[in-house]
Amino acid sequence: MINLKINNTPVSVPEGSTILEAAEKLGLKIPTLCHIKWDSFNTEHRCGSCRICVVEVTGRPNLAPSCCTPVAEGMDVHTNTNRAIRARRTMLELLLSNHPKDCLVCSKNQECELQKLASAFNIHHIKYEGAQSEFPVDENGAAIRRDMSKCIMCRRCETACNVVQTVGVLSGVNRGFNAVVAPENFAQLTDTACTFCGQCVQACPVGALTEIGYKDEVWEHLNNPKKTVIVQTAPAVRVAIGEEFGFQAGEISTGKLVAALRRIGFAKVFDTDWSADLTIMEEGTELLERIKSGENLPLLTSCCPGWVNFLEHQFPDLLHMPSTAKSPQQMFGAIAKSYYAEKTGIDPSNLIVVSIMPCLAKKYEASRPEFAHNGVRDVDYVLSTRELASMIKEAGIVFDRLPDEQYDSPLGESTGAAVIFGASGGVLEAALRTAAAWLEGDKDSPIDFVAVRGLEGIKEATVTIAGIELKAAVASGLGNVRKLLERIQRGEAQYHAIEIMACPGGCINGGGQPYNHGNTAILEARKDALYRADKGLPIRKSHLNPSIIKIYDEYLGKPNSEKAHKLLHTHYYAK
Amino acid sequence: MRINSLEALKDYKSRLCSVSSGKTSVLMSLGTCGLAAGGAKVADAIRAELDKGLSGKYEAVSVGCMGLCYCEPTIELRDETGRSAIYGHVTPEQIPAILAAGLDGEAAGATKVKRTWYYPEEEENKDGVLQARIALRNTGRIDPEKIDDYLKYDGYQALGKVLKTMAPEAVSKEILDAMLRGRGGAGFPTGKKWQFAAAQPKGQKYMICNADEGDPGAFMDRAVLEGDPHSVLEAMAIGAYAIGADKGIIYIRAEYPLAIERLQKAIKQAREMGFLGKGIFGTSFDFDIELKYGAGAFVCGEETALIHSIEGKRGEPTFKPPFPAIQGLWKKPTVVNNVETYANVAAIIRKGAAWFKSVGTPGSPGTKVFALAGKINCVGLVEVPMGTTLRDIIFGLGGGILNNRGFKAVQTGGPSGGCITTKNLDTPIDYETLKSIGSMMGSGGMIVMDEDNCMVNIARFFLDFTCDESCGKCTPCRIGNRRLYEMLTDICRGKGTEETLKELRTLSNVIKDTALCGLGQTSPNPVLSTLDNFFEEYEAHVKEKRCPAGVCTALLKFTINDNCIGCGLCAKNCPTGAISGKIKSKHVIDQDKCIKCGVCQQKCKFKAIDKK
Repeated sequence: MINLKINNTPVSVPEGSTILEAAEKLGLKIPTLCHIKWDSFNTEHRCGSCRICVVEVTGRPNLAPSCCTPVAEGMDVHTNTNRAIRARRTMLELLLSNHPKDCLVCSKNQECELQKLASAFNIHHIKYEGAQSEFPVDENGAAIRRDMSKCIMCRRCETACNVVQTVGVLSGVNRGFNAVVAPENFAQLTDTACTFCGQCVQACPVGALTEIGYKDEVWEHLNNPKKTVIVQTAPAVRVAIGEEFGFQAGEISTGKLVAALRRIGFAKVFDTDWSADLTIMEEGTELLERIKSGENLPLLTSCCPGWVNFLEHQFPDLLHMPSTAKSPQQMFGAIAKSYYAEKTGIDPSNLIVVSIMPCLAKKYEASRPEFAHNGVRDVDYVLSTRELASMIKEAGIVFDRLPDEQYDSPLGESTGAAVIFGASGGVLEAALRTAAAWLEGDKDSPIDFVAVRGLEGIKEATVTIAGIELKAAVASGLGNVRKLLERIQRGEAQYHAIEIMACPGGCINGGGQPYNHGNTAILEARKDALYRADKGLPIRKSHLNPSIIKIYDEYLGKPNSEKAHKLLHTHYYAK
Repeated sequence: MRINSLEALKDYKSRLCSVSSGKTSVLMSLGTCGLAAGGAKVADAIRAELDKGLSGKYEAVSVGCMGLCYCEPTIELRDETGRSAIYGHVTPEQIPAILAAGLDGEAAGATKVKRTWYYPEEEENKDGVLQARIALRNTGRIDPEKIDDYLKYDGYQALGKVLKTMAPEAVSKEILDAMLRGRGGAGFPTGKKWQFAAAQPKGQKYMICNADEGDPGAFMDRAVLEGDPHSVLEAMAIGAYAIGADKGIIYIRAEYPLAIERLQKAIKQAREMGFLGKGIFGTSFDFDIELKYGAGAFVCGEETALIHSIEGKRGEPTFKPPFPAIQGLWKKPTVVNNVETYANVAAIIRKGAAWFKSVGTPGSPGTKVFALAGKINCVGLVEVPMGTTLRDIIFGLGGGILNNRGFKAVQTGGPSGGCITTKNLDTPIDYETLKSIGSMMGSGGMIVMDEDNCMVNIARFFLDFTCDESCGKCTPCRIGNRRLYEMLTDICRGKGTEETLKELRTLSNVIKDTALCGLGQTSPNPVLSTLDNFFEEYEAHVKEKRCPAGVCTALLKFTINDNCIGCGLCAKNCPTGAISGKIKSKHVIDQDKCIKCGVCQQKCKFKAIDKK
């Protein structure tokens, strides 16, 4: 242990701790901006670039950035001297002097960490005037908007992109005042290997990285009498949206979510959980076939569009490995525009399918050309959890006073197996539940596969089902995914099935979720809520979902049938 | 041929030295500066002259920079006894006369230059000359492309000595005892750096040479690399032995093509003779060197940025600790030393720490090479013992101020340093004294300013440089320096207020206090030192909207005085038609139209145009 004094109070911390960490132990919160730490993922971004967290250390000629200065025995630190506070203010004023003053119309308004600091420091006017960095906005794709005029060079997005996700699209370019984070040669994101996972957006403290929004279009259709607008909600949305309305992280707001969507004006409120159950039917069947034949193992899950992008860009030699099953979002869209449209007699071109997703890659996924027929997309618009919260506020709906309502039928019924899709390990667990039941019978087959739960980046489990020893793994966060896949490429690991999610921890930490500002306790709470939701549901195995049984009887025939293949399966392309 | 023992090397040297040609060498300064001044044509003329029958008497030798940049092309005639005559401003036409005159005669029309240095390793300072050449001991007197020339001056004997007779710890200790301090500017004890890296567990370690010389007006490292590349290679091998590294990298600016070429040749020759590569001097010590080219980013002279650049990453500094000696290139212990630092190492090993400490001051032993530039008569390289006064350097070696103007200030330490004024001209300079008078050693650039330099504009010039060269990583350097630059621009344009002056100082101090690396921490120094020393000049700009040196064009006014005879030349040349008047009567300048380009003043033959 290292003993030091902070503001004259002694404190002991382990060797290698930073001044910031030591101060935290004393209950001191030294202001920071570029620094971010994701506790549950053991990842820290401490590039020491913003210089907001500077403190005085006796004997040191200049101020020390507390986020990256290691403690030393006998160190005498002062965090609140006039010199330190004035330096911090100056840093903030400098950043503000080169930042657009359009806070009121910025999509990060009230979520912006720079704005919060300016408010905390009571800054009322900006002392410095001068040149402003200006860069063209990149809103070329369907998912992520980059407005680098707002970039404060905290470099968090680089850590998210390069270290956490190992995608390697973003890096510092230019020098001096013109330095900014950008893809190589200022390419647009759509021309890079970007997976649109949105972890950069989650990390960005200001409005430089945000999503491309579709609220206006959705409002337009909701008010068009010729259109029938239906909506699906992803599993992870229900345990996060409440945070936007002051609920504790981890509250399950399913009923209020449904009620809010109905009040916004959606004709039917359906559930992606329903198509998650459908996914298990298709993917589970594929898994059992591959296990039986012993060919093309392991099966990789294919629900996550960020992961699919990563695969197509970075692992073109493994394109045969993922399940061909579409993601639940796209299965829902395909069924809505075929089965549901036929059943209700609505012309698919007048049926608008909106999804509420925790994810930005879903926006990209819905725009992929293979998910459109005759110019009609299976999923027309994808809104993030944050965008939906904004629509609810815009519509004047008081979320906490809403009654709990039920999803509509028939695409709204679901099981506990579906709701856990929203956390890392959930898809695999759902698949194992069904596979076990198919092989061992429903009565005694296991339900809880706790070994695959939790926020850990790579999880492994061996389960014995009907005498077969099944080896499975779960990876979340593309950096972990890369590690696991490279082991497979080198032949060092053999599995039957691997669940892969692009975002660390799964969809609960998606790029479209309410901003967590690095607080992974929020993610833990969302995850726990999903498993509570699972436990609270009467049916917890996908194949027992009555409306799933019905659609196979009425429409699809059997899993992996020709019709199922046409509607519910897809291909991958090397990029 | 491979040399496998110290004895073999000494034998080889004595054989080289015993062969007497009896000829006088004609040393032709062919560094970049010499070549730029037309040295190649002079060299051609010398060779042609020798071919005409003088080859029995003279031998032409291409050498690196002699430091006499102001009078390039330069040549030196030197016989085997060391008698010498140096000529400056040499033209090809003068060559026959110079060669005919030889060492004793006088060549009509040619300019003889006095030698102002001695070699502490070889001789006493009998004539009381100001320069002591240790780092530049071979530069300008050996052919850098011939390893034999280097060996004649005891080359690679220091390496042989450490490998054969010294333990690695003893090598670091010798360098520490000599108190050799980093010549790149910060002055950190080199021996200590080596000890840190040596103390790390055995394994892959790296020895890096920082040849990313970037200060405006500094070119001493280039001169060493062009003129004496082996001295750097030998020192790197010595350091590598001390710390246990087997790989060396010279990080050199790609804009130094001649230095690169000479280093490449030198590395090849050293490998052939067994001074680099496997089993050096027949021992089990392996060490080899490769070159990495920098793209000319000033910040890559900062060691962590340099290491990132070698790794193929963006050249920007990271927070220290960890220090490179603990965790450097590829996260392995790494020593980064500057070219000039290395150039001192072999001499220290050969002659010992005590000898080295006999030169210079107690706190900063040895010498320092300075690149004299700016408004000075004798622009060039000088190597002086630490503790020499600025007066001796500027007025003694530099020959005083150009055109007999008054001395105003000298900027040391490049864009990170500060300006020093008349009142400190007699301060003996070393690392500490320079700091105490508001500047720093830096890499050794010395820019002399006269009374025609506006100090506000000078501060603005340096800020412009740091703004350009900042990596943009930390807030104070990226935005703060830009704001300082903008304030200085405002002042130069007459838009500054007394408030601006206050803010200039406040922001400068905060930037120094908060910036991440040495570049940012020192970038406000030119502002602060000009504020301290020339405050009245700043005040004239903001209070009277006047630039006393007549540099800031926005504050200037051109008027026509009674000397005007009405020739009309000024009006004819004025690009904006601001001047009017009848022929043979006094003209006037319309101040609204005048863009202050100064063309009228240049064209007027009667000193009739005043600039105020």
